[in-house]
Amino acid sequence: MRNQTFIRNYHIMLMPGILLLIAFSVIPMFGIVIAFQDFQPTRGIFRSEWIGWENFEYMFALPDSRSIFVNTMVIASLKIVFGMAAPFLFALLLHEVVSTKFKRIVQTIVYLPHFMSWVILSGILINLLSLEGVVNQVVQFFGGDPILFLQSNVWFRVVLVASDVWKEFGFNTIIYIAALTSINTNLYEAAAIDGASRFQRLLYITIPGLLPTVILLATLGLGNVLNAGFEQILNLYNPIVYETGDIIDTYVYRAGLLEIQYGLATAVGLLKSVVSFVLIAVSYLLAARFANYRIF
Amino acid sequence: MIRGTNRFVDLTIYLILSLIALLSIAPMLNTLAISFSGKIPAMSGQVFFWPVEFNLNAYESILRDRSFFVSFGVSVQRVLLGGAINFIITILMAYPLSKSAKLFPGRNVYMWFVIFCMLFNGGLIPWYMTIYSMGLLDTMWALVLPTAVPVFNVILLMNFFRGIPKELEEAANMDGAGPWKILFSIFLPTSLPALATVTLFSIVGHWNAFFDGMILMNSKENWPLQTYIQQLIISVNSIMNTTDPEEIKRLTNMSSQLLNSAKVMVSMVPILLIYPFLQKYFVSGIVLGAVKE
Repeated sequence: MRNQTFIRNYHIMLMPGILLLIAFSVIPMFGIVIAFQDFQPTRGIFRSEWIGWENFEYMFALPDSRSIFVNTMVIASLKIVFGMAAPFLFALLLHEVVSTKFKRIVQTIVYLPHFMSWVILSGILINLLSLEGVVNQVVQFFGGDPILFLQSNVWFRVVLVASDVWKEFGFNTIIYIAALTSINTNLYEAAAIDGASRFQRLLYITIPGLLPTVILLATLGLGNVLNAGFEQILNLYNPIVYETGDIIDTYVYRAGLLEIQYGLATAVGLLKSVVSFVLIAVSYLLAARFANYRIF
Repeated sequence: MIRGTNRFVDLTIYLILSLIALLSIAPMLNTLAISFSGKIPAMSGQVFFWPVEFNLNAYESILRDRSFFVSFGVSVQRVLLGGAINFIITILMAYPLSKSAKLFPGRNVYMWFVIFCMLFNGGLIPWYMTIYSMGLLDTMWALVLPTAVPVFNVILLMNFFRGIPKELEEAANMDGAGPWKILFSIFLPTSLPALATVTLFSIVGHWNAFFDGMILMNSKENWPLQTYIQQLIISVNSIMNTTDPEEIKRLTNMSSQLLNSAKVMVSMVPILLIYPFLQKYFVSGIVLGAVKE
């Protein structure tokens, strides 16, 4: 039986990956019970006291919990909106370029920041945004007062969104470029023969051609409204900007691993995971329904 | 193609795009210039894109910094070991999962399991405690095993494999090739762009990771490079928050903006070296990988 041998080997091939997923993804899921315990590291999961919903009640009573939730939503939403608009506009500009060589050079350069870590980029940004940094030199050149960007509750979110858009816009353009290459070039030629101007072609062919991709990305973005960018914020923030920059993930890290409030941190993390899971599931369902998208 | 009739519009577009490209790398160029500059011009904001008072002091002091090299070595080890594990696991999972449920009953069960693991997790604390209780803290395995299955890469490669004509596999099977032979002698050679893409992603992922090194590696000798640099940068940034004069002195002595710039540049080098080689593959790799039946 050739088919049986094949199937048996398929199972064998999958085994290492599945075992690793069980070890490092499934087993931690059982650790969620800590959220319902007064967890003491010395006692472990099995001997710590069960306290029901107390961690959750404590979480909602915390004065900071509202601002942490709001910060997460606001920062993530701004990133989604601008993170979609920038590559969209960039792709439109790139599409108008005839020279493939120029196109490729530009693309190669703008993809690059995507491959840098937030550690490296925060090192660079801290230099750039310091009082003596280039940005403040430019601000002063135009007659403004120097700004402490990373210590200002007014500017911190702007820095977060702008630097995230800057890092990812090039890479996120790839999906738009893929969509653009699938537009039938005959459409452009037919439109040109009918006397459509360049701008009209952009308006009536290119943009409608990209619309399905935009809708798809917007739908999938819904699943990310609780992910405001842990690594970026952890590397850029400081206690002064907790008020506007502290998000769920950074709070879980501080409360859990720095202040050793395991039960509380797990409860906060669990709530986030559950809500995120539901949002992602809904966004995938919507994407499947309206944009005919399937993940596999 | 009928386009580009208006020279002025064309010129503007070229200009804007060039400016955007420049802005994309300007921060890196500025840091590069600072790292080659004198201490005083660097600290007083006189350096833009060209070094002022050119010197190599910062790079010389890196050469004397033992912990920098130790961390660099940890990162190289991590990339080689972790990248190899990712590569093998990705291939071994993507191939069976690219079969239809008819050819491979149970395929959808595996698929849902993988997707579930991708979307839902226990959160930071249970994850940390699992690795702790497995006794992996402070070992290289803590850095490479929890990230051993790159689910996103598996899906990418799986979608790419699906695009390979079924006739190829059937013909090989007629000639007596089994699943392993088919995978290695047909699927892998025809999937170079996709393989380059997932390799680039996993290498970059391992090289750039700092957080697991920060919480899972207790002793500094085990820190990967990014964790080492993160600790430097963060401690300098947090000078702002401490009022203890002794602490401020310690932190300022530990590193300067100048030295950090040089370290940041050196840690970018490996990525800058592999990026041009793999870059030409990954756009087609991603695009083709995303195409559905």
